[in-house]
Amino acid sequence: MSNWRIRWLTVAVACGAIAYADVLPDDRADALWHYYGGGGITVEGPSLLVRKKIGDNLSVAVNYYVDMITSASIDVVTEASPYKEIRRQETISADYLRGKTTYSGGFIDSVEPDYNAKTSFLAVSQSMFGDLTTVSMGYTRGWDIVGKTLHGIIDPDFHPRADRRNWSIGVTQVLTRNLLASLNFETDESEGYLQSPYREARYFTGAGDGYSFEPQVYPKTHTSNAASVELKYYLPWRAALTGDARVYEDTWGVSAEDGSLKYMQPLKHNLTLDTLFRYYTQTHATFYSDLFPYANSQNFLARDRELASFRSMTVGAGISYQMPVTRFSWLDKATVNLSVDHLRVNYLDFRDDLVSAPTPQQEPLYVLTANVVEFFISAWY
Amino acid sequence: MRELRRWRTLITLPLLAVLLAACSSVQPWVKPYEREHLADPIMQIDPNPVASVYLDHVFESREDARGATGGVGGGCGCN
Amino acid sequence: MKLLKTSLLCSMLLAAASLAGATDDLAPGAPGPGFSLASMGGPKVDLNALKGQVVLINFWASWCGPCRQEMPVLEQVYKRYKGLGVTLLGVNVEPDSSNAAGWLKATPVSFPILFDTDSKVSKLYDVAGMPNTVILDRKGTVRFVHRGYKPGEENEYMDQIRTLARE
Repeated sequence: MSNWRIRWLTVAVACGAIAYADVLPDDRADALWHYYGGGGITVEGPSLLVRKKIGDNLSVAVNYYVDMITSASIDVVTEASPYKEIRRQETISADYLRGKTTYSGGFIDSVEPDYNAKTSFLAVSQSMFGDLTTVSMGYTRGWDIVGKTLHGIIDPDFHPRADRRNWSIGVTQVLTRNLLASLNFETDESEGYLQSPYREARYFTGAGDGYSFEPQVYPKTHTSNAASVELKYYLPWRAALTGDARVYEDTWGVSAEDGSLKYMQPLKHNLTLDTLFRYYTQTHATFYSDLFPYANSQNFLARDRELASFRSMTVGAGISYQMPVTRFSWLDKATVNLSVDHLRVNYLDFRDDLVSAPTPQQEPLYVLTANVVEFFISAWY
Repeated sequence: MRELRRWRTLITLPLLAVLLAACSSVQPWVKPYEREHLADPIMQIDPNPVASVYLDHVFESREDARGATGGVGGGCGCN
Repeated sequence: MKLLKTSLLCSMLLAAASLAGATDDLAPGAPGPGFSLASMGGPKVDLNALKGQVVLINFWASWCGPCRQEMPVLEQVYKRYKGLGVTLLGVNVEPDSSNAAGWLKATPVSFPILFDTDSKVSKLYDVAGMPNTVILDRKGTVRFVHRGYKPGEENEYMDQIRTLARE
């Protein structure tokens, strides 16, 4: 996936860095195999993490992540040819604890044949008010170089930049013995080449198939704000219910809302069951259209379905087994985990142009269904 | 941006409430010895970061929205 | 950006406010509040009856990692200083004692375990962190308070016990 949105993985990683205030994270190692299949794409690969304390105050972690992409997606099939690609990402991070404050920092490097993304992040987290309140703030900087390949050969003259600044702030508050609340805000500013060099917009011609393609034109800047709230409740029979909601807006006219409900239930025989339901809805960017009325109809043109109007639902379940580790004195705990999620996206203004129809306006609206599988083993030592 | 303005008020108010609580003589209402449930591993905000980061990535690749997915704290209050 | 600036300001004020101190530990020099608690497999233990001895009171719970880590260490401290007129009380703060009893079956200790199931004593002693260790001198006055436990802290306990035992 040589899409600029790959960069946003780094935001999630950075958020993960703002994870602890008065206690350092546990030493652990995780080996994950991830698989995504749907919409003509399969992406799979490993994600390996090793985290270790050095002394009493410092915790260091390294992560190695690979995406092996086989793509014949709707975007690719209509305008280019199916491809295979590998993206590798390496992360190194450190957390330093001093009293009730944790300082975190790290660096992420993502490399694929036609996209290089470098990210650095810093965060501070402070525990206060009898450890009932934790406030954290983070700052992330990204430097990307966008490339373009044609039949596997990199275009040497195409290497525009895309830079990003991101600020985040969060508060976690213990509300009762059984209830935790978390509020998070994030502001993101990007500038540079912010579109995919491969995708194109289409306009109505009336002749032939009824449409033709033209290059997309995106604005050179993008600013977004997101705010979320999460509540986690301990149920009396020993289970945890988590609910969260988020709103998002950006300067491209996209506004989105999503919410999820997660239920975690420990079972007999060291098993734990996890279930997830997530709902997401988005309205399209101002310069988005599935079919423009004629060529060059506006200053900015986009047909990327990520900027379309759509609704999506995800349901998922996972099972975790805690393995007996008394045989290994150096191991504190180990788990084996499997989770499967099913995602369905109903586009409201993006049409499936692989289906022939009398006019392009009569093509069916595109529906994406996908499955995500995660299998991982974790060890604490 | 009108919707976000509404959310700003909804969210800054609880933030201010927390601030006032800390400033005034209100004592922490959940004592360290009452944190048994909060210390339970099932109440961790993010028990498996590698897996949750990946799933966030799956959503962010297909959606325009990103961010505000973090969370800190809770837990045992030990040390 | 305006929202972020406001939030940043709020959180900085919050950080400043937290320094104002939301909880107060029981101050050294104050008399250790008396109490009488049921003990595991034995009669009630009254703190006043222990006057004349150096008393180390450790507030712990089976759900607290550092507490569990500290228990075998406390057992060693107890065994070492028992003969010098020093006693150790492990006050379990859980409302339901069955978890603690279960854990102690696997990791037994020889010092008295008391059950503060209604948190009365925890409140009296302003327990502001888990675990919490209070050391009283032979007159029953609070002399040292330790919040939390880090490996190696037992050396401080032992230094302080030795000082108080000589009085």
